[in-house]
Amino acid sequence: MTRRLLLMLPLVGFLVLMLFLYLGLGLNPFHRESKLVQDARQFPAFELSTLEDPERRVDESVMRGEVTLVNVWGEWCPECKREMPQLLDLADRGVRLVGVNWKDTREKGRGFLAEFGDPFAVNVFDPEGDLAFELGVYGAPESFLVDADGVIRYHHTGYISPSDLRDTILPEVEKWQ
Amino acid sequence: MAVIRFLGVALILLLAAGLVHGAAIEVREFDSPVLEERYKSLTASLRCPTCQNQAIDDSDAPVSGDMRDRVYAMLQDGRSDMEIRSHLVERFGDYVLYNPRLEGRTYLLWGLPAGLVVLGGVLVALLVRVRRNASARALSDEERARLDALINRGRKS
Repeated sequence: MTRRLLLMLPLVGFLVLMLFLYLGLGLNPFHRESKLVQDARQFPAFELSTLEDPERRVDESVMRGEVTLVNVWGEWCPECKREMPQLLDLADRGVRLVGVNWKDTREKGRGFLAEFGDPFAVNVFDPEGDLAFELGVYGAPESFLVDADGVIRYHHTGYISPSDLRDTILPEVEKWQ
Repeated sequence: MAVIRFLGVALILLLAAGLVHGAAIEVREFDSPVLEERYKSLTASLRCPTCQNQAIDDSDAPVSGDMRDRVYAMLQDGRSDMEIRSHLVERFGDYVLYNPRLEGRTYLLWGLPAGLVVLGGVLVALLVRVRRNASARALSDEERARLDALINRGRKS
């Protein structure tokens, strides 16, 4: 009897592998766990000018004080246009937003805000992508939720859809208030 | 005539080689060939975060270009390969490593193949022992008589 059971071992092994394959197929291949959220890291240090005023320098302290959604965007990014209504909605609900204008020109960035609305308290101008690199941004739009102490708590890659706003962004904002 | 044909073939091969390496990869200057080798092996073993399965050395994605710039700058700065890898992992996560580091949650990953080889070896050894014992069993009287009969019959004819 035990010999029979032993003969089943390869089949059991095969089924276990199939289970892993099945679970793997269900994963979203574009999902990446952000290292900064895993380690609950402080928002990285930077010093850049704002999109609005080349003379005004801002640093990481601009992210502190209250729960802030930092949104990395660019005029060249079509998905960023699609998520603007959701960001304006967030701003209407009293959530503080800070923009990072990534690899853009001042002219185009300002034109974008004039056309699609400006939900941001301030926009950090990052033409070389230095700040975005520190954040591990690999494609716009990406959003980071920063708590009042400047710790990165949540990372959203890609476009924020109306259902993402309702089901993940707002609850996360609530959670870290 | 043969020379012209040879040159033509050589030209086509050169063009084809250029096409294969189509990605717009920057030309880098290195102080030493060692540094250049390290750059090549680093960029070949780091994975582009926005692609499904491409090293940053042959990816056209903007983020891959930024990562190559960073690797180059850090090499010029005299940083070690380890430092450069951790620098990128801290920002883009473990995803960028084609060879995951050996740590608590990767013991299973690295240990499983070796474990399976050992398990297979043990199984083979057990099977061989079982078979050997079975064949070494002494013959019963009945079997011995039958064997004798067979041998004797062969001798007579």
